[in-house]
Amino acid sequence: MKTQEYTPMFDESEMQTVKMHISKYPKPMAAVMPLLWMIQEKYGWISVDAMRYVGDLLSIPHDHVLGVATFYSMYFKKPMGKFHLQICTNVSCMLCDGYKIFNHISDKLGIKNKEITPDGMFSIEEVECLGSCATAPMLLINNKEFHENLTIEKTDELLAKLRNSN
Amino acid sequence: MEKIILKDIPDLDKIDVYISNGGYSALKKVLTGMKPDEVIEEVKNSGLRGRGGACFSTGMKWGFMPKGNEKPKFLCCNGDESEPGSFKDREIFEKNPHQFIEGSLIAAYAMGIQAVYVYIRGEYWKWINIMEECVADAYRKGLIGKNILGSDFSVEMYVHKGAGAYICGEESSLMNSLEGKRGYPRVKPPFPAAVGVWGYPTTINNIETLANVPEIINKGSKWFSSIGDPKHPGTLLYGVSGHVNKPGVYELPTGTPLMTIINDYCGGIRNGKDFKMIIPGGSSMPPLTKEESLTMKMDAESLKAVGSAIGTAGIMVMDEDTDIVHVLQRITKFYYHESCGQCTPCREGCGWMLKVLNRIMDGTGRHSDLDLLISVAENIEGNTICALGDAAAWPVKWTVRKFRKEFEAKIKDENIELPVLNKVHGLRKSDEYVTIDSDENTIVESLIGKVQEITADENIKRYSS
Repeated sequence: MKTQEYTPMFDESEMQTVKMHISKYPKPMAAVMPLLWMIQEKYGWISVDAMRYVGDLLSIPHDHVLGVATFYSMYFKKPMGKFHLQICTNVSCMLCDGYKIFNHISDKLGIKNKEITPDGMFSIEEVECLGSCATAPMLLINNKEFHENLTIEKTDELLAKLRNSN
Repeated sequence: MEKIILKDIPDLDKIDVYISNGGYSALKKVLTGMKPDEVIEEVKNSGLRGRGGACFSTGMKWGFMPKGNEKPKFLCCNGDESEPGSFKDREIFEKNPHQFIEGSLIAAYAMGIQAVYVYIRGEYWKWINIMEECVADAYRKGLIGKNILGSDFSVEMYVHKGAGAYICGEESSLMNSLEGKRGYPRVKPPFPAAVGVWGYPTTINNIETLANVPEIINKGSKWFSSIGDPKHPGTLLYGVSGHVNKPGVYELPTGTPLMTIINDYCGGIRNGKDFKMIIPGGSSMPPLTKEESLTMKMDAESLKAVGSAIGTAGIMVMDEDTDIVHVLQRITKFYYHESCGQCTPCREGCGWMLKVLNRIMDGTGRHSDLDLLISVAENIEGNTICALGDAAAWPVKWTVRKFRKEFEAKIKDENIELPVLNKVHGLRKSDEYVTIDSDENTIVESLIGKVQEITADENIKRYSS
């Protein structure tokens, strides 16, 4: 399987976590999702080299890892902004002006869906329902933080806060 | 109303609070005094039906699992919860995670399961952390692991993080995802109870379903089956969103009138408006008109009677000013985005439906588009491996049927004025709309004859595209 040598992407302690993930499942292939998550946590996105690296760690074909990484929308196959804003516009959010929030952010940052600001600070993405329907409209930052019950003012405050935190 | 899952006890998510309120006593009860078959029988008698949308009897599902321990067996807990409009599992993770853990341990005991995988959607980062913490707490108390509470029953529990695919809420797709593959649904049969994850017998249950189990064991199946509608007993976590004053998750018995939920619990429609359409169980369920909603009871059988379904009980309320076409366009965009691409009808059909809806929204739609939508939807429905095809087809089919005038209002094309019903070319308007039923063939034949007569007449403008 090993065709090429890479600079290892995980250090010693991370390799322990890798082993822990592999031990959770009867077959090593199942650890591909947790490992891709680890790569994304560390590097912000998943490069093709990283996919090869994960494939080698689990002794599975590289193209299988590519297949998995491209199937799931939360794995970033290219670098995103430092703050990746995922704005829900699905029905419940739409009914509560989700598109207004999306367009406001888009206008304010001067970028369209799936684009990155020139300074690399922000990227935006229109996403599907994130299970925050009662607290709509909402946005998710970097696959982690939920910001719910948004208004234009709250969105402005949030953007200013993120900008200053840099 | 007594609540089964979202009890009004502060800090119930902490393991000590949960235990001091009688938590894990049901687990103790089954480990010390009940045989696995007795547990399955008790759940079967309670009438508990799956809360993930299909409403299948949980006890029966457990009973399908092979007996004996020659092969490893697995339980997958489905917390993928990606259906637009449903956000109930999140509430369980946050407010009462240990009741769900206890329920899945009881399920594991009943079916002789070696490992439980809790599959949670990747966006729920916060709740995944909560669950990992809770599972670790339960391990520390000796409630998960080897020889639980001194018995000879052992089980492991792992939390698996998804990565943003709606389709992984489908049980066979979830298993593929868990195996580290692309989340493509599998052809059934073989059913998961025979060939499941890694080829071993597997049961997949919804989080809410499992969270009901400890109370059934504690208080008995008779008590549970006396709550709510007899054919679909228990409580449901109704997640209400959209144009209501107090959106949120409300735990109420099955069979609660929809208007009670909206007016008494959610404070009515926002800004004192009237409502136009309600989706009763997440975006894939056929919508209800105002007339249907007024008398509707929220349980599996009542909704089935009007051609809809309870789904995940995610109620989406739309007020009188809502643009129904826009709502349907957004729903279809969702299914177009989430179709896994395995079956042609769903992969291509969702795109076609979206394209047609886009042009209706742009004002360049045609009258024939409405029947075209229904035709495409009917050709997706039932022709795909998993239920996503149906889920994409139902809202289109039924929204166009029930709200046809809303769509026609957006169509400026007046080329066709043929006053006949025609299933084939859709040269009709809503006033002439008749449901085609048992005499379908004869009606269609006579109609084709009529259309041929009419189109032969040169004075009639024939729409061509």
